[in-house]
Amino acid sequence: MKLTGWLEGVGRFYVGLLLAFLYLPIVIMALMSFNASPFYQLPFEWTTHWYSDLSRNNQLLTATLNSLRIAVMTTVIATILGTAASIALYRYDFRGKRILQVLLFPPIAIPWLITGTAMLIFFYGIGIGRGLHAILLGHVALALPYVIVVVSARLQTFAPELEEAARSLGASQWQVTRRVTLPWIMPGVIAGALFAFAVSFDQFVVSYFLATPGQGTLPVEIYAAIRKGFTPEINAVSTIIIVVSMGLMLVTARFFKFGGDR
Amino acid sequence: MAEVRVENVSRSFGAHKALDDVSIAFPDGGFYALLGPSGSGKTTLLRQIAGFDFPDSGRIVIDGKGVERVPVEKRRIGMVFQNYALFPNMSVTDNVAFGLSVRGVSRAEIAGEVQRALDLVQLGGLGERRPHQLSGGQRQRVALARAIVIRPQVLLLDEPLSALDKALRVDMQVELKRIQREVGITTIFVTHDQEEALTMSDRIGILREGRLVQEGSPEEIYDHPVSEFAATFLGDANILRGEATETGIRLGDGTEIATRLNSMVRMTGKVSCAVRPERITILPASAAASTTGNRLAGRVSKRIFAGDSSTYFVERDGQTIKVLVQNAGQIPFDEGQDIVLTWSPESTVLIRT
Repeated sequence: MKLTGWLEGVGRFYVGLLLAFLYLPIVIMALMSFNASPFYQLPFEWTTHWYSDLSRNNQLLTATLNSLRIAVMTTVIATILGTAASIALYRYDFRGKRILQVLLFPPIAIPWLITGTAMLIFFYGIGIGRGLHAILLGHVALALPYVIVVVSARLQTFAPELEEAARSLGASQWQVTRRVTLPWIMPGVIAGALFAFAVSFDQFVVSYFLATPGQGTLPVEIYAAIRKGFTPEINAVSTIIIVVSMGLMLVTARFFKFGGDR
Repeated sequence: MAEVRVENVSRSFGAHKALDDVSIAFPDGGFYALLGPSGSGKTTLLRQIAGFDFPDSGRIVIDGKGVERVPVEKRRIGMVFQNYALFPNMSVTDNVAFGLSVRGVSRAEIAGEVQRALDLVQLGGLGERRPHQLSGGQRQRVALARAIVIRPQVLLLDEPLSALDKALRVDMQVELKRIQREVGITTIFVTHDQEEALTMSDRIGILREGRLVQEGSPEEIYDHPVSEFAATFLGDANILRGEATETGIRLGDGTEIATRLNSMVRMTGKVSCAVRPERITILPASAAASTTGNRLAGRVSKRIFAGDSSTYFVERDGQTIKVLVQNAGQIPFDEGQDIVLTWSPESTVLIRT
């Protein structure tokens, strides 16, 4: 009893430490975006100066819009393609299926630096070149395996008799998919979409390689801005993004209970 | 409603012959049980009739039309799955309505048909429930309502009762039979449970290793099994082996056993005969020799009491013979007691080995 109480204390301490390391830097950054001193000097002096600066910083704003556009498009394309691929892998047996499934995993493990270099060389070689279109293409390729892995995991819990039952009742392939299969795997599809969004929105390395000057995504432009000299506007834009993305996550988590069947 | 015929159907998976030249006619409006152990090909055959899988050769005819290359969604079949396969994301009503709604039937018509189907299976008030809120028996009924609401030409049941507990299973047997009669639909029922096959169907086909071993009414198969497999798989049977004689069979120790006069070609050489345990009477060893009937002396090795009946295990000449005796107040025989078994030649079926 005494020992377990002690262990529980250690456990609580550990969790507290974990949360502190995760969230403290973010909280400090958010606070500093409201601090008048550009050099993190205390005492804290409230200002929204950096936010109004940001609203006039076209470079960062364009980059934010670029990032959002690419992330949304990546999410839509990768989720549709990935879900379709997962259903095909679940439903059909074909030559080379195993090899295809195995080949889906290495891109997750290969360092992005290497993938990025490879993509740059390849895109140049076949005439796609650099730019937002190249970034979008690269992000879709990066996000696709994540979607397939997550949706396939959900499909493992799907009873094949359900599709057979629907077919026996006269449903076409498309009706089976839309009315029986998709509703069941929807939590997996949503989770896959979140992954795709995160992979794209967070993406720095691949974007950096494929971006043309002045037409980068937010992480690329933040990096460029920091190299020129840090300004708290970056704290401001980061804070906005954190608030928006955490809100998004909380809303999604509320509507879809992950990890369990409804 | 329709007659279903399977003609010379074969289906192999790799080197394994799941179905080997099977031909069966399923009569219009009949209740036909496909009975066999696992791996006998009964489910494979059902899937060919349903259209989930196509035969390598042979024909499948539903209502006079060859459908062996028509996929399941284009055939008009109703199927009840072993685990019911109810759509978990839909209410009971939506489950039952599914087949009608994918066919583009109007909402008003669907509502009426669904209500009628749910009333038929006595689930009228549960339309709003989700499958996970139902008991096993209720799910079974929903699956049945969902299958028959589309007015299929044939109803296919894949071990539909195996997931239910014993008491519920007996209820559902009666219920299923009632609904089948009321709808009058040709029904094909796959089972490995011989009791289910005997009590529910008007015809039984016994399958073994992808071949049809025997078919007929439950009584025919029970009383005239053509093989040891049919005799022992459908009901219990004592198999006695020996040489064929003019009147029946001569056992290893020389005992002559008279069998039912057989219209089949006379058998010669090594044969066996089957006797059902309930057809044998046990008499004390001292009992006077009866003039008619077969007699075998033996010794009781074990008696199992089961309330309304007792099963005796009798040892004779190195073989154990099972005897089922209704408990009607008679004095039981003791274990180790010498007794005589008698039964009529009519109850003895000669089987080719």
